[in-house]
Amino acid sequence: MLTIRNLQKNFGGLRALDRVSLEVEGDSIVGLIGPNGSGKTTLFNVVSGFYEKDGGEIYFKGERIDGLAPDEIAKKGLCRTFQVCKAPEKLTVLENMMLAAKSQAGENPLSALFRRRRVSMLEKANLDRAMDLLEVLQLVDSRNEYAGNLSGGQKKLLSLGRVFMLDPDLILLDEPTAGVNLTLTMDLLKVIRELQKKESKTFFIIEHSMKVISDICDKVFVLNFGEKMAEGTPEEIQQDEQVLKAYLRGA
Amino acid sequence: MRKPVWEGSNRMPLLKVNNIVSGYGSTEVLHGVSMYVDQDEIVTIIGPNGAGKSTLFKTIMGYLIPGAGNILFSEEDVTKLKPNKKVERGIAYVPQLENIFPSLTVQENLEMGGYSKDSKKVREGIEYAYSVFPALKEKKNKKAGTLSGGQRQMLGMSRALMTEPSLILIDEPSAGLDPKATEAVFDQIKNLHKEGVGIIIIEQDAYRSLNISDRGYVLAMGQNQFDDSADKILNNDQIREAYLGG
Repeated sequence: MLTIRNLQKNFGGLRALDRVSLEVEGDSIVGLIGPNGSGKTTLFNVVSGFYEKDGGEIYFKGERIDGLAPDEIAKKGLCRTFQVCKAPEKLTVLENMMLAAKSQAGENPLSALFRRRRVSMLEKANLDRAMDLLEVLQLVDSRNEYAGNLSGGQKKLLSLGRVFMLDPDLILLDEPTAGVNLTLTMDLLKVIRELQKKESKTFFIIEHSMKVISDICDKVFVLNFGEKMAEGTPEEIQQDEQVLKAYLRGA
Repeated sequence: MRKPVWEGSNRMPLLKVNNIVSGYGSTEVLHGVSMYVDQDEIVTIIGPNGAGKSTLFKTIMGYLIPGAGNILFSEEDVTKLKPNKKVERGIAYVPQLENIFPSLTVQENLEMGGYSKDSKKVREGIEYAYSVFPALKEKKNKKAGTLSGGQRQMLGMSRALMTEPSLILIDEPSAGLDPKATEAVFDQIKNLHKEGVGIIIIEQDAYRSLNISDRGYVLAMGQNQFDDSADKILNNDQIREAYLGG
């Protein structure tokens, strides 16, 4: 699904990503862990087109995507969330969700005029999906609230909802559970697992909680000082002496 | 339940919040919330996303002025004091987000945190911060905006401590931190506790937080739902099911 070869990214003299190679297989949930400042979010930023790479190649579904703009990459079916939510604050929660939806036939003026039935059916389908997702994310009661009025944790949940509305093939999640209530975290993991099983979505997740990682990930990559330090199943990673020393010990 | 020091005596707790009503514009978020924290106490506030936990902190700090109720700190009514006045009196606040100045260096951020202190105290405070979080020392001349999310959290916490507060409000200390840094933050909280600083923590990693706390409050829909000793909350099946992931 996603192949990264020798990816490099420098910030001035700092090697944020130092020839990182990794492969995310389709139809799986893959974790990305590592100490703060090890380059995890930078990797997401380069893969999703928000940063330009300084070297290496990125392939998505067999196609080169490095050098493409974020919106072009998103249209190919690779979407991401941010650590800090970026949803438009002056739209309501529901409007935010509808805006994110992938099929917007009504945006084409011709179909808006001549294919009203089809447009309204699509809108209805989008609305149903949005309401289902809001239900899971416990945001239904806040659907008519401005996104800007949501709490920090709720904004995070809304950004998850928006990315699910986009219906991409590969979803990059940057710390989806940080700041989310534990009980809701468990529900979220269920949703992620269901989406993966039922709709064959692939997830690539930055996460600090080993509990979450062990719970849902098939495979884990570990970054340290911008380099890939290890990869394996959650069990293997938790027994890797190097990883224990750099990251987990003290946990 | 640990008996509050102030109960039955004339002494008041360090902070006492009485029936606070607060919110944003016409949106009322807190509908009469009460709580207290003693000096030398750690108190954790848990509750679903959107319960009003961060709003409570913003109201205690004076970013929001309550429509009803009052706030007593060190036996004085501080309900309507501005945030800077509250900092001067010894309350510190580490917000969930945007808790640093991105365009200043790490060191400058810490210096700004100690703005009201003399230069010797500032130097000591900075040395202390670097000893707790070596990652910050390595980056002391880098702009704070270049820090990773987790490193920003460490800086935000260190900056708040520069004022040598007697009460500190910490919103989600472990969000975005790797396991080692989380450990360092919680060790630092325990140290502050030993030094007699009153601490209120909002935390979704509630097990970790309640484990070092004396008491806990559960907020839901802008109201007090439950409060008890931390042990009892951790062992309450209903609370675990509803808020602690079962």
